[in-house]
Amino acid sequence: MRKPQLEHRHSPVPYISYVIGFVLSVIATLMAYWLVVADIFSGNQAVIIILSIAVVQLIVQLVFFLHIGRGSRWKLATFILAIIFVVMLVAGTIWIMNNLDYNMMNMSPDQMTEYMEHNEGI
Amino acid sequence: MSRAEEEHAIVQRKSLGFWIYLMTDCLLFASLFATFAALRNNTFGGPSGADLFDMQFVLIETMVLLTSSFTIGMAVLGASRGYKKQALIWLIATFVLGAIFLAMELFEFHALVEEGNGWQRSAFLSSYFTLVATHGLHIAVGLLWIIVVTIRLWRFKFKHTDLHRLSLLGLFWHFLDIIWIFIFSFVYLIGGMS
Repeated sequence: MRKPQLEHRHSPVPYISYVIGFVLSVIATLMAYWLVVADIFSGNQAVIIILSIAVVQLIVQLVFFLHIGRGSRWKLATFILAIIFVVMLVAGTIWIMNNLDYNMMNMSPDQMTEYMEHNEGI
Repeated sequence: MSRAEEEHAIVQRKSLGFWIYLMTDCLLFASLFATFAALRNNTFGGPSGADLFDMQFVLIETMVLLTSSFTIGMAVLGASRGYKKQALIWLIATFVLGAIFLAMELFEFHALVEEGNGWQRSAFLSSYFTLVATHGLHIAVGLLWIIVVTIRLWRFKFKHTDLHRLSLLGLFWHFLDIIWIFIFSFVYLIGGMS
């Protein structure tokens, strides 16, 4: 029973996979670019939309260029682990640094104490 | 296990090892992205991203790298099917596109430094240069690797081990393109919004 499995895993990647991946990536890139240049959205809305387009393009390239489902299962497992670390690292940093931002402002110690008492309830 | 199966298992193991390297490289870039995110507004009275970035220039850069990611895919597929000349042409095309990308990036850096907006100008620019130049360094290493693989494929007539090297190079190059998507979106598009 081992042989057919091996054959199956050897089945070549079709050319069309790259063409589809390329076309979708170009569309996603141009869309994100256009949204920014034409100033359609602003502020947080724009950030969320651009990041979602980037994530869509990430998935497109993972499927059509990197063929994430093919080959060893460990590939997918290590990838998921890496994504968890990346999200923790980036989201955690942004969260903590924004929270601590008042530490980095130009304030005298007295002003800082007042600010913290007023805004943070300390 | 037969010899062919054994060889296949070795190739699988090597591919997985390289994949795990790519995932750790992801963590390197994640920490640089996090640094950039934390420092992006600390311009110290200097220019911000919206003042500095030329969007059209960066869009062309992005398209060049995206196309090179496509051409290296073509090279890998062509080589695995035995179309030798076609594979070599796609590889050379990838090298040219990668070199154009790197030259554009260096040109951009040079212009920034010339105007006095180098990495010592502000925390924002320090983190920007660190993130983008680390990606550029990977591209430079990738270009070297393309030269080595192209010469080996041509010289040793598409030996089995070289085909495997080529497929790993393909993975590396696609990975760099994916990192660039996030640099393009996060650093240039979001950072360049007024």
